[in-house]
This record gives sequence, structure tokens and C-alpha cells, in this order.
Amino acid sequence: MGSFLHRHKGLTPYLLLSPGILWLGIFFVIPLGFLGYQSLQSGIFPTFEFTWEFANFTNAISDYHEQLLRSFVYAGIATAACLVLAYPLVYWIAFRAGPWRNLFLLAIVAPFFVTYLVRTLAWLNILADEGPAVGLLRNIHILGEDGRLLATTFAVVSGITYNFFPFMALPLYVSLEQIDPRLLEAAKDLYASSTQAFLRVTLPLSAPGIVAGTLLTFIPAAGDFINAQLLGTPKQQMIGNVIQAKFLTSLDYPTAASLSFILMAAILGALLVYARAVGSERLTG
Amino acid sequence: MTAVAQTMQPRSRPGVGVRVWSFARRHALTVYALLVVGYLMLPIAVVILFSFNDPKGRFNYIWEGFTFDNWIEWDSVLGLRDAVVLSLEIGLLATLIATALGTLMALGIVRHQFRGRGATNILVFLPMSTPEIVLGASLLTLFLNMTSVFALGFWTIFIAHVMFIVSFIVVTVKARLIGFDRHLEEAAMDLGANEWTTFRKVTLPLLAPGMVAAALLGFALSIDDFVITYFNSGGDQTFPVFVWGIARVAVPPQVNVVASAIFLIAIALALANVFSQYRSAKRTQGAT
Repeated sequence: MGSFLHRHKGLTPYLLLSPGILWLGIFFVIPLGFLGYQSLQSGIFPTFEFTWEFANFTNAISDYHEQLLRSFVYAGIATAACLVLAYPLVYWIAFRAGPWRNLFLLAIVAPFFVTYLVRTLAWLNILADEGPAVGLLRNIHILGEDGRLLATTFAVVSGITYNFFPFMALPLYVSLEQIDPRLLEAAKDLYASSTQAFLRVTLPLSAPGIVAGTLLTFIPAAGDFINAQLLGTPKQQMIGNVIQAKFLTSLDYPTAASLSFILMAAILGALLVYARAVGSERLTG
Repeated sequence: MTAVAQTMQPRSRPGVGVRVWSFARRHALTVYALLVVGYLMLPIAVVILFSFNDPKGRFNYIWEGFTFDNWIEWDSVLGLRDAVVLSLEIGLLATLIATALGTLMALGIVRHQFRGRGATNILVFLPMSTPEIVLGASLLTLFLNMTSVFALGFWTIFIAHVMFIVSFIVVTVKARLIGFDRHLEEAAMDLGANEWTTFRKVTLPLLAPGMVAAALLGFALSIDDFVITYFNSGGDQTFPVFVWGIARVAVPPQVNVVASAIFLIAIALALANVFSQYRSAKRTQGAT
């Protein structure tokens, strides 16, 4: 084996890669082909026919552009909220927490250890009409007498924010943690103020983490349907809710498949815009 | 003490204002950090608290009284035990396979120049940049179109999990490999170790923390996954799929018990890990 690899050195990378590539090829790329095939079919369950039915796409957009737009708005707000919440925390962990670093890092991933659905259901308890949060906000007149938190846009967006927070915080931490403290000392030696040192050294060096965190948060957030389902009403329905219902309840596979493609294309489009803004090298690492 | 402080004061006066300011700012950041940690912990505390609730009706939304009954009779809810077992089986198996596949891929991508490297990077990146719902839906169309090969159930869930975990593994291990000091390997080779020995004695131990981190991430993603599993599970229920089904009716406190138990076990393991890292860090500090 060893001598074989010595003689064919060029083969090594392909041997290392082939199991993974095969798995992704068969169970990721080929299914996308099937999804495309399905999206151009017409008919009613269980008899679909492949008819190059491009009208599926135009119909899907005209029927569900509202949910599509809403998904992107919600995901955008939640991603921004995650960044604002996570950056100072992660900065503090990387530079100030000292020996407690790993403990606080654990606190960031801790929500992951509670099943997604269960931690979303916990927000039902917190935001419930008879719960403490609503009571407090009603008392200080931020909410009206019968104001609610549950079943509002606020509930859905904060649910998304909470659920995808670790996806933002972890890459941020990785990039901040790698910063050599000597660089900051050097900046200080060259008479930079703390603010300057942060803006000119720390922030640019943490940019890869911001980019990665934004992507890892935004993408799943845009396709989410659990928060809208559990914490919202039909008025907060996102595109994921429509796809899920079409696929698994009304068994309208062609519409569901074309909506999936539209969602993916929209996300890829957003990614390309983002890639142009930040540079594509940073995007794929 | 006061005398010392008084005599010290005039000399350090110019620095005091600055120091107080920086102290206050340091504190503001600390307070903010702790508040965010509190926000992260709040729903977890609620989940655990409501596992001890004694709801009067079917709904476990309002605190009504303390009881241990839910913990003692945790599997009195039909189907709950099977769902938990299935989640653990899938999680372990999928993590094992995905970590192996992902580590090999990371080694191939980082260590070698070859034709198709860019395409491979994109192939790894794409599943992560695809929403779960699209991954789940497309895989379902594959399985539905090939019912003679795939019956929805254990193995389709397993296939789906490996597929979506593997990219995260590659990225995590890659990050570790990129920051890797190759001089250590060259040194080993210079000292007469062959490639395999070098890999075993130098590369793998240095890579191990990255692999463990990747595997933990993979396992967490697997037992937490709902969307992809929901599309491809057929009639089988993992714990999250079970919760989804029962959430349409009323979630019994036993669901909180299971979630709390998973959480407490995971956190205990993680704490043990943090603690051992802390101790070994202290030991190496002592050694140097």
C-alpha cells in the first residue's frame, strides 16, 4: 500500500476524498436533480407527469412571494441581532474571561444540548399571555392591557435569533481567539488607543468569523419553519412553512419542489451579493 | 493601608481617571456578556423547571406545583422511549461515519494540490449553504423515486444525517489543519519516521482535538435535527420528530424530562472535558 502510494503520489488526494465525495454526490447532488425533475412535473398526487411545467415556478412566485420576502426579512433581522448579541460576549470570552474561557464557551453551545423543538417550546412558556414577561411589560405599559408577545412577529424573530445564536458566536470566537495578543500590544506600543486598536486590528482580523457566522446564521434562518409554526400565526408564515405543508400535507410535490428551488436560488443570489461585498476567498475559507 | 493609599495617590493621580474609565468599561463589557449568557440560559432553565411542573390540565405552560413524578415515570408517554433510543443510535452511528469521511476529506483538501480542488471545496460548502428544508425535501424525492432501493426509516435517516453532518466535520477539521505547524512533521521525518509513523505519532495527536470537536458538533447536530429527519423518517420517530407530533396536541412534562436529561448528561460530559483541559493546561504550565 505504502509503496503503491509512493509510486502514484497524485492518487492520494483522490483516495482521501472519494468516500466523502461519493456520499455527497449520491445523497446531495443527485437528489437535487430529482428535485429539479419533480419541480417541472404536473398532475395531482399520486400521478405526476414530467411536462417541462415551468409555470410551476411563476405560479409559485406569484402565490408565495409574500412568504418568501418575509423569510428573508426575518432571517436578516435575526442575523443582525445575533451579531450584536454575540460579538461583545465572544470578545469578552476571548480576551477577558481568562481561565473561565472554556466554561463560557460551553454556555454558548449549551442551548444546542436542549433539543431544538423543546427550547423553542420553552419560549412558549416565557412569552405566554399569563407568563412573567407579558405581565411585566403590561405593568410598565410597554404592552397594552391585552397586548401579547406570543403569536407576534417579535416572538418568531426572537425565536429564530435564539435558536441560531451559536452558529454566529462559534465562528466569531474561533477568529477572535486566533488573534495574537502581541499584535494588540504592538498597536498600543505604536500609540493606538484601545478603540483604534480594536477598529484597526481586532475587527479586521475577526472579519472571517463575522462572514462565516453571518452565513451560518442567515441560511438556516431563511429556511426555518419551526419558529413561525410554534411561536407565530399564519400571518408570520415563512417560505419553509409553505414548502413543508405542500410536501408533507397537501402532497403537491411539484409546487413544493419549485418553491425549494426558488428559496435556494434566492439564497445563492444573496450569497453572491455578499461574496462580492466581502471577497470570495473569505467565503469558502 | 489608608496611609499608603494617601501617599500613593498624588503620584498616580494622572493615571487614576484613565484607570477608572477603563475599569468601568471593562465592567460594562462584563455585565453585557453576563446578560447575554443569562439570555442563553433562560429557556434552558425553563425547560428544566417545567420538567418538575404538575400541570392540572393537558397544557404544561403555567407553573402549577412541584413534583418528581414526571422524572420517575418518564416513559409513561407512549412512544417516547423508542424515540429517544432511535435518536441516540442514529446520532452515534452517523457521527462515527461522518467524522471518518470528513477528516479524510479535510486532509485531502488541505494537504494536496490536485485537479478539482475548487470543485471539491464547493461540494463541501454547498450542503451548508443549502437550507435544511431543501436538503430534506430533495433527499425525499430521491427516496420516493427509488422506493425499491430505499424504504423510509432507520437507514434513510442515517444516510441523511451523515450527508448533512459531513460538511461541518470537514470545515472544523480543516480549520485545525490550516493552523497546523508542518515543521513538526518535517522534524519527525528528519528524525527517520516514515509517513505512516509521522501521521500516527505527530499528525493524528495534533489533529485529535479538532476531530473530537468536530464529532461533538456532529453528534449535537444529529440528535438535534428535526427538519431533515422529519422529511425522511417515514413512520419512525426520533425524539425531535416525536416532540413535533405531540406539540400539535399538548406537550407532556415528560418531554421536558427527556430534554433536561439529555442536556444534563451532555453538560456533565462537557464540564468534565473543560475541567480536564484546565488541569492539563495547569500541568503544562507547571512543567515549563
